[in-house]
Amino acid sequence: MVKVEFLGPIQKDALELDIKNLNELAAILQKDEQMKEWLETCAVAVNDTLVSTLEQELKDGDKISLLPPVCGG
Amino acid sequence: MLYLYDGALDVPKILKDWYEEEAKSNYGAYIPFVGTVRAEDEIDGLSFDIYEPILESWFQAWQERAKAKGAIIKMAHSRGDVMLHESSYIAAVFSPKRRVALEFIDTFVEDFKASAPIWKYDLKDGKRIYAKDRSTAIKGSGLLAK
Repeated sequence: MVKVEFLGPIQKDALELDIKNLNELAAILQKDEQMKEWLETCAVAVNDTLVSTLEQELKDGDKISLLPPVCGG
Repeated sequence: MLYLYDGALDVPKILKDWYEEEAKSNYGAYIPFVGTVRAEDEIDGLSFDIYEPILESWFQAWQERAKAKGAIIKMAHSRGDVMLHESSYIAAVFSPKRRVALEFIDTFVEDFKASAPIWKYDLKDGKRIYAKDRSTAIKGSGLLAK
């Protein structure tokens, strides 16, 4: 199982999913009405490192974070 | 050196502390940037969420870049609510000569705006409203929409 958490303004509880890579996560979230508006603008981190490919393999206990657009300062 | 505080920053104290910490470090330049919450769009203030693990690693990468030029960066940011005319953000660069610090404060603050995992909300009429229109998608965003 991996944990998926939604940061900042995304009002969604964390998910526990049995998936093997980010392609599977993309397929699940694209079916989620609430998430559709966020996916285009969210960055993705696995275990607190930003990733740039969906081919990223996932292992048991990994933490995935979705980061919506930022504005510090 | 990254410092996070609940609520507004105590600007005079932080600038003084940083000055005193490096007073004998032989830096020729200390260039601070202080961000203050302005009255606009009838807001009462701003509020911030921070994701600390990625903020820490982003900041450490910048500290390494500064170190390569003989400089250091210090940064303070607020969590939670910061009201009008208070400060939520201070960044400062110390360097042996002024040019490095002047250039770093510019590029560091710009990348901070585009990349640091911090989310801003307007405080207005008792509500906390995500500042969506003023926010920037982190480089590489949209991966899961493909």
